[in-house]
Amino acid sequence: MTDVFQNRRYVIQYVVVAVVIVYVLRLFQLQVLSKNYQQLARNNVLREVTVFAPRGLIYDRKGKLIVDNQNEYDLWVVPSQVQAFDTAAFCSLIGISDSLLRLTLKKAAAYSRFKPSLLLKGISVEKYAAIQEELYLFPGFFGQVRTVRAYPHQGAAHLLGYIGEVSQSQIEQGGGYYRMGDYIGISGLEQFYENELRGRKGSRFVLVDVHNREQGAFAGGSFDTAAIPGYNLLTTLDMDLQLYGELLMKNKVGSIVAIEPATGEVLALVSSPAYDPSLLTGMERTRHFRQLASDSLRPLFVRPLKAAYPPGSTFKPAVALAAMQLGSITPRTGYSCAGAYSVGSLSVACHHAGYVADVQTAIQYSCNSYFCHIFRKTIDDSRFNQTAEGLDQWKKVMDALGIGRRTGIDLPNEGYGYVPGSDYYDKIYGKKRWNSVTIVSLGIGQGELGMTPLQMANLMAAIANGGYWITPHVVRSVQESGTGKPIKTARHIVDLDTNHLSVIREGLFRVVEAGTGRGVRIPGITLAGKTGTAENPHGRDHSLFVGFAPLHQPRIAIAVVVENAGWGASYAAPIASLMVEKYLTDTISHTRKYLEQRMLEANLLP
Amino acid sequence: MTYYVSRRPNQGIDWLLIGLVVTLMVIGVLAVFSSGAADGHFRLLDLTQMHGRQLLWMLVSLVVAGVIVLVDSKVYTVFAYAVYGVMMVLLLLVFVFGVTVRGDTNWLVLGPVRMQPSEFAKFATALALAKLMGSQNFNIRSLRQQLLALAILGLPAVLVLLQGDAGSAIVFASYALVMYRFGLSAGYLLAVVLLVALSLLTVVMDPTLLVLILFALGALVLIAVRKNRALLLTGAVALLLSVGYVFASGYVFEHMLEPHQQDRIRVLLGQEAAARDADYNVRQSKIAIGSGGFWGKGFLNGTLTRYNFVPEQSTDFIFCTIGEEFGFWGSTLLLLLFLALILRILFIAQRQRSRFSMIYAYCVASVLFFHLFINIGMTIGLMPVIGIPLPFISYGGSSLLSFTILVFILVKLDGDRLAILR
Repeated sequence: MTDVFQNRRYVIQYVVVAVVIVYVLRLFQLQVLSKNYQQLARNNVLREVTVFAPRGLIYDRKGKLIVDNQNEYDLWVVPSQVQAFDTAAFCSLIGISDSLLRLTLKKAAAYSRFKPSLLLKGISVEKYAAIQEELYLFPGFFGQVRTVRAYPHQGAAHLLGYIGEVSQSQIEQGGGYYRMGDYIGISGLEQFYENELRGRKGSRFVLVDVHNREQGAFAGGSFDTAAIPGYNLLTTLDMDLQLYGELLMKNKVGSIVAIEPATGEVLALVSSPAYDPSLLTGMERTRHFRQLASDSLRPLFVRPLKAAYPPGSTFKPAVALAAMQLGSITPRTGYSCAGAYSVGSLSVACHHAGYVADVQTAIQYSCNSYFCHIFRKTIDDSRFNQTAEGLDQWKKVMDALGIGRRTGIDLPNEGYGYVPGSDYYDKIYGKKRWNSVTIVSLGIGQGELGMTPLQMANLMAAIANGGYWITPHVVRSVQESGTGKPIKTARHIVDLDTNHLSVIREGLFRVVEAGTGRGVRIPGITLAGKTGTAENPHGRDHSLFVGFAPLHQPRIAIAVVVENAGWGASYAAPIASLMVEKYLTDTISHTRKYLEQRMLEANLLP
Repeated sequence: MTYYVSRRPNQGIDWLLIGLVVTLMVIGVLAVFSSGAADGHFRLLDLTQMHGRQLLWMLVSLVVAGVIVLVDSKVYTVFAYAVYGVMMVLLLLVFVFGVTVRGDTNWLVLGPVRMQPSEFAKFATALALAKLMGSQNFNIRSLRQQLLALAILGLPAVLVLLQGDAGSAIVFASYALVMYRFGLSAGYLLAVVLLVALSLLTVVMDPTLLVLILFALGALVLIAVRKNRALLLTGAVALLLSVGYVFASGYVFEHMLEPHQQDRIRVLLGQEAAARDADYNVRQSKIAIGSGGFWGKGFLNGTLTRYNFVPEQSTDFIFCTIGEEFGFWGSTLLLLLFLALILRILFIAQRQRSRFSMIYAYCVASVLFFHLFINIGMTIGLMPVIGIPLPFISYGGSSLLSFTILVFILVKLDGDRLAILR
């Protein structure tokens, strides 16, 4: 056979060999030289799935569960798996509008066709059960469970607080812990004990296929980290008392704070109007929040901690204590009341007239003249160079009693209240342009004073304890893996003469026995207290009551404020006495049922 | 002069060639197993799984191979045109009874067996081409004979193209290499390569700019050859044709190619932004192969290929599985196996005493080379995505059987090389 193109066999062989060499070089480049394909491959198939840690539970002082976790579902969509479907049926199934669905799907597709996007969050278990039955008709959509807060009792919302999604600034300040969509405590205990409650998120590394379906654990799960559940909080709250207080305060605006004096443990912290804490969980959270935020009665405002009221007559024990402490009067100092306290053009009316023999009697009858007198006597005392110095010394005593300062309760955003000092009046009137007459209303708890209900209750605790108060606190211990770790509290010693304190206690006891508060005597219980009627420049006077019981070895100190309710004796005192009776005897005595009935039915909303 | 020698059927059989082919087949079954098997399916002959069917097809292919070797080799030479004719009829039948699988209507169904006539057309065309070019009075320089050869290649190519399988149609171009080997002017090949390059440039560049560049280059060339009247004329005509071609191919690209075909060409040319979706296949394929590293992730440990990140991974992109699981050494070994196979066939071709056998051997080498060149080139991002299988490795019964027949006819012809001289 003649083969004239013999040389072309070599050309063909060279071409074949050359192509193989080029391909081998290319493979060398892809597989050996270039390192980033390994990373790309890993990104392709590895997903880090966050395992949310269940938040810690919260119990009351009797071990009753008050904050629980509950499952809810988020609905996700993977655009690449979505087939043509009946949008109308789907919308009615999950309960969103057609236009919202279209918008969400468009956004999801723009984000990624293969990775899941959130379509709807916070679907309740009941609602999801119905959705799940038909979800198979809509490929590409799937539900994912996550835990949310649940409240077995509809109370203590302000104290417990709520959780919500982290904001951008919280993510930045969270030290890398929080990611978009994580929950964080926003108010109350949830906020204050966020670090204890949140636990630690875990993560699972899973292999996924091209459709983002899980195919199993990566490396046998050796890179996974388990989620650590949050620590439980054992609180000092008495949930029964709390709920009873909220019931009493229904249709009224105001606060109740109850503290166990010996320990500083908060028994109840009622802010009215209250709301059901479960409103701020789940799908409707945002809508409910907007409703609550726009309510003119400001139900989201935590009154016991933040609202500063002029304490009115409830302040008089503190005035007497300061006067005695600073040596301006003795417990036996008397004063003749003429039915009003008049200095120059100023006149402070008094509801009774006659000679007030001593401090006890003055407290018993809440004699305005007496307290105006001793207040002026205190700050004008000749031992001070001038009134300004006297006022500042007086303010120091108030500070020791926890007035005009934060008590340090374990709840966020506590208010300071306000006790004016000389600098305040210097600013308003000018230096030495004011004197004790100008500010005499401080002596009866009016004027520039502001006290939070918590401070009022704390003052009672200090008096009941006989000269010290423990930082009020809501959490007794944090339950770390089985063992309870008690939280730290401070003991604040108020340098007061115990004799002075027992005089005050006796006076307060007489208020209820035979004074302004005699209408709320509780059979068998020695309740000591003080009514107050705070002048309110914006409307009707606020009704106030502070007190403690029993007189000896007190177990509860209480402060009640009912806004725009008039006399202290008319609402605040009965409510306080009912709280005390409920707490101490767990029931309301037969003879006082009418009082309870009247309080429950009273509607004082504007 | 023809003479016969009495001999046993297995005499003269090239066991090295057979060994290479069977090795590739076994690698193929394992690769299909790895790319397709879900966890827990470890029974080999499980016909619900791709690897089980592939194993069955391998056994069928080997039986057919045995039959081919037993049949008298004269059958292939005598019935070459008949076989070609039957295959063309089958290709035509596809237009009537064709079944659509994965977008391509190129399947025929005969009872439980589905087959792709376009695969079998490859060896039939090789037989017909060998018959035509092997005849005593064939002259490659004759235009009439050239057209005749072109018709033999063109008929199946056009039929397959009309079935929507552009990839398989291009395969028939590989026989141009055979014609080159036996005397077709290199100018033809050069012209084809230049046209393809020009077409690609049209897509990347502004046609007006390209035309200006062509005129500038053309002018330089014409000035250089101005003394040679014949070259000057050829050059001028070539320039005008090129310019015309630029406009024509631009038109073809914009108006006649399907969007996904436009995308594939754009991806190859690096215009990735315009075609992110089309880029996906190649990108995933490159990631899978690249992530294999030097040693690979180990058999059945290729995460990307096992979790379907690479589309068509058991068929056209089977090489990804090998690249990912066996790394650089495994991929290189496979390439070297193919190189050995092709070089062995080229070696066998050269020892043929019959012109028919020699041309047929070159056809086999060309087709195998072309598949290797395109298929592996596309998985490593050097070639556009053209859907043709990797011989003996890719999943698919028709392709496996067709390549087996293709090679074993050569084995038989080679085995009889000493017995028959044509």
